[in-house]
Amino acid sequence: MLHIVNKSPFERNALDSCLRFGRDGSAVLLIEDGVYAVTRGNIAESKIKAALGQMKIYALRPDLEARGMQDAVLEGIQLVDYGGFVDLVASHNAVQSWL
Amino acid sequence: MSDLTAGGEMQEETSGTIKKFMFVNRRAPHGTVYALEALEVVLISAAFDQDISMVFLDDGVYELVKGQQTKAIDVKNFSPAYRALDGYDIEKLYVDADSLAARGLTEDNLLVPVEVLSAAQMAELMDQQDVVIGF
Repeated sequence: MLHIVNKSPFERNALDSCLRFGRDGSAVLLIEDGVYAVTRGNIAESKIKAALGQMKIYALRPDLEARGMQDAVLEGIQLVDYGGFVDLVASHNAVQSWL
Repeated sequence: MSDLTAGGEMQEETSGTIKKFMFVNRRAPHGTVYALEALEVVLISAAFDQDISMVFLDDGVYELVKGQQTKAIDVKNFSPAYRALDGYDIEKLYVDADSLAARGLTEDNLLVPVEVLSAAQMAELMDQQDVVIGF
């Protein structure tokens, strides 16, 4: 399963819910305001670090760049472009968007 | 009250009284349209010669982050416009210290000079306003 989160971790609990229901081997892709979650010093940092042990976490690079946060990304996060986004969707059996 | 009277009073008020307007920015840029809309309203309000201040708290502090490059998401990068506010005599920009800290940001990450305030100072400032408009 690929989980997609597009909300800031300060504004909504979408990421919390996603991580609560994500299983070992799941993938999480952060897009739009969701990308703030993988930046250093963010409220979600410890949750993201803990989740990295069980799942792969990706973030959309164009959304990080648009927000000026491209140099603040946590270690272990894999950055993808739009092509990589498509590949992630195609390589998972289902996609769940946590809107 | 007739329309004429109302119009007359309004004119008197705009020419004689300067009110304190505060625009409160609480949303991250680009993900929603709030940040851009707030900026546009502030730029319009500059034409009315009022006492304008802008406040950035919660995710609103992300609006001022340096180095935003929006080309790849194909939306307008309006962040340089915060630097132009000065030219419209909008010089009062206040940022909540706790909101910066909670996001791993410091004043050095911001693209424009601001005054960083504690919650207590911010509350006092809010209390002094005639009109507070939130985004």
